[in-house]
Amino acid sequence: MSALIRAVGFSVVMILAFAAVTYVLPQVKGEAPEEEEVNLGELTIDSFVAMGEKLYKGKGTCTLCHNNLGRAPDMLTFDVHAASLQRIADSRYQGQAADVESYLRESMLEPSAYVVEGFGKKGSDDAESPMPAVDQPPIQLSGIEIDAIIAFLQQKDGNPVTVALPSGDAAPVVESESTAAAPVLAQNAEEAIAKFGCAACHAILGSKSPVGPSLEDVGQRLQPQQIRISIIDPKAEIAQGFPPIMPEFPNMALAELEMMVQYLSQQTGSQP
Amino acid sequence: MIGFGAAMLTPVASADTHGSEQHDAALDAEAGNRESALEALPAPKPARGDYPNIGTSSRGIVWVFAQMHLFFGALVLAVPIFVLVIEFIGFKTRDDRYDDMAHEFMKVSLTAYAITALFGGTLALSLFLLYPQFMNYLMRAFGSQVLIYALLFFLESMLLYIYYYGWDALRYGNRKWVHLTLGLLLNGVGTTLLVVANSWSTFMMAPSGIDPATGAITGNLWEIMKGPLWNPLNLHRFLANIAFGGAVVGAYAAFKFLAAKSAAEKAHYDWMGYTSNFVAILAFLPLPFAGYWLMAEVYAYSQQMGILAMGGILAWLFVIQAVLICTILLAANYYLWNGMARTEGGERYRWLIKYIALVLIMGFLVWVTPHNVIYSGSEIARLGGGHHPVLGPLGIMPAKNIAVFLMLVMTFLSFQLYRRADKEITVSWQHWGNALMIVIYIAACANIVFAGVYYGYFTNTVYKVGSSVLQVMSTVVVIVAGTVIDTLMFKGAKKLPVNWGQVSNRSQYALFALPIAFTWLMALMGYIRSSVRTHWHVYAVMKDNSPDNFIPPLATVGNMVTGITLLFLAFVLFIFWISNLSGTRQLPPQPQGDIALAGGGK
Repeated sequence: MSALIRAVGFSVVMILAFAAVTYVLPQVKGEAPEEEEVNLGELTIDSFVAMGEKLYKGKGTCTLCHNNLGRAPDMLTFDVHAASLQRIADSRYQGQAADVESYLRESMLEPSAYVVEGFGKKGSDDAESPMPAVDQPPIQLSGIEIDAIIAFLQQKDGNPVTVALPSGDAAPVVESESTAAAPVLAQNAEEAIAKFGCAACHAILGSKSPVGPSLEDVGQRLQPQQIRISIIDPKAEIAQGFPPIMPEFPNMALAELEMMVQYLSQQTGSQP
Repeated sequence: MIGFGAAMLTPVASADTHGSEQHDAALDAEAGNRESALEALPAPKPARGDYPNIGTSSRGIVWVFAQMHLFFGALVLAVPIFVLVIEFIGFKTRDDRYDDMAHEFMKVSLTAYAITALFGGTLALSLFLLYPQFMNYLMRAFGSQVLIYALLFFLESMLLYIYYYGWDALRYGNRKWVHLTLGLLLNGVGTTLLVVANSWSTFMMAPSGIDPATGAITGNLWEIMKGPLWNPLNLHRFLANIAFGGAVVGAYAAFKFLAAKSAAEKAHYDWMGYTSNFVAILAFLPLPFAGYWLMAEVYAYSQQMGILAMGGILAWLFVIQAVLICTILLAANYYLWNGMARTEGGERYRWLIKYIALVLIMGFLVWVTPHNVIYSGSEIARLGGGHHPVLGPLGIMPAKNIAVFLMLVMTFLSFQLYRRADKEITVSWQHWGNALMIVIYIAACANIVFAGVYYGYFTNTVYKVGSSVLQVMSTVVVIVAGTVIDTLMFKGAKKLPVNWGQVSNRSQYALFALPIAFTWLMALMGYIRSSVRTHWHVYAVMKDNSPDNFIPPLATVGNMVTGITLLFLAFVLFIFWISNLSGTRQLPPQPQGDIALAGGGK
């Protein structure tokens, strides 16, 4: 009997120990997409872009592969407009698109029309894309949803949005918010600095905030590339003596980033 | 759904006793139309309200019954496989001990058989009750195959009972051949049952033989069964079942060893435990390769599905998988090292154990090092970034691959040392043979490390997968070369006495750790395999709109898996108890007079 008790006790302790491991891991829940009605009549280009961003990061599951892990080009890190024009002109391009909008649509519906070098299916010599057509299951984006993503990809780098707003009666769209506001693109570096609230913590544009290191002489201390990294990944290097509280700016457009980098690298502290 | 119901209710033909060719043709056409109408039906699209609500989580109920059915199914299908092999060895060596042990293994399996059927029936009823539209679609896809499955179950039952109860009646001579043939048939039917049931799971993950746009059935039964994941899952489950079955009967032997009163009993159950562990580890070693094949096919079928499992929300569960597999490897090695105490020859290799243990522990630590952890601001500041400067690179897959393959190689080394412990090799070329073996080990380990580091850290992501091919090959070369060289070297070897039963009680707990970790692991991996479908009953064809169509947090998964494992443990104890009970005989009551007489005699 004692052998039985010891064996059972040992087994139960082991089982509970394995269960305990699940408690120390991050508790993430994966919700299934829910359908929402969107009143197309109330859509503005800004809310359409916001819907596109949400679809890009949500139902479209684009970020599952298009991220910094190297499975597919991370489209948030380069100018999609310029890259699209280059690809259309590339001799390897097999599609029919003549402009950026139609290229982006084609790349979602027929991903193999152009495969970025090194990202093709194994053994296909970059002739076949592993990306599924987004209008087919399991992603199943509607035409309006695809247009919204195109609008987002165009707008994120400050390029003109050429997609026409959908018209007609209410249509079901998954994971969308018609009232969500799209970020308004800053026109110059000062606007960008104000938009992202840099002066709340840093000394810049008249602010003398001591929370973060002064930006008035940042051009003297850091190279442009270091400034760029500090904005993209604030936690990559923490300035000595300052708390690591600077947030990331996932909604910052590439154009805004570059304007700020250029502006800040000129801040050498010698200005009046 | 209404269309389907109407089609089912439409009479196929009116009563006409005379008949005519035209009328028969019309009937055939009508029947054909009905059949094609059924096939052309799209997959159902149930709304949330279409799912019956019984006041508790439907998924939870199905989860428990499905997993319990799979546990017992695995046990019942796997045990006869190695029982047949052991029986054959006993027959060829004319050693009755093998035969007795095989028979005792079957006793455990037989009791589990009824429980398998009970859980299977309950699972089917739960599915029909809680997910009627889904089951409707599944029945439409597989049609009469389910009846063939039921028929196979009858056949399996008959063969199992004849095989078990006919054991002593068909024990020697030509009758033994009859018995062995029955065992072979039993395993043939059992494996067929396994692959048939697998086709339902793989159809849900990667459906074939259907119109992908509508889900309408377009292919024949074979096309529906033979989806891209069917064979990888067949191989994976076949091997995993044997490992699991070996581990469970090993726990039975360990329990009997600890409770044994005599040296003979201890010796018998020690040997039985060793054999079970041998079976479990032999089946376990190739399991990672089968797992790679399955995941490679998952990626080939849908990169999205593969990334969700290995790099998305489910990827965290692989940290627990690492803990479980490392527990299995550590327990198996620990048992082998203890087992060397059975023979004096084991002393020769004792010095190597600490180095093997070091590699296993290091491998375990690398494997459980996570890549991304949620840090607080001050922790990030102390680390100097999102990843630890030294441990960060250990969090990614290439480091873990190196760890896993080195651990597998070290486990084989323990196994090889154990096999050599009771032998004195006499062949003239033994020094060359040993030198060759050492060179193979060093070259394989160096290749595993080099391929992992070079492809993992110094090449593009696309080429990272290439490293695992080299690592698999290196590991396979060690296992195959080790087996071949040892087989040749053992020719004419002097056998040293093995003292069965002369092993520590502590070692027996390794035999409990194995099935516990296996059971937890099976439940966990089964959950991951099922969850990659996300909110689809049948991936990309039939959506799951039930209230449970989300991926639960990891602690919830842990609780479910723990609960199911505890339930399985309770049933296994019941089986062990029943197996013991069947061998217990109450002594006949003595007449009162005799007792009085005996008392008076004192």
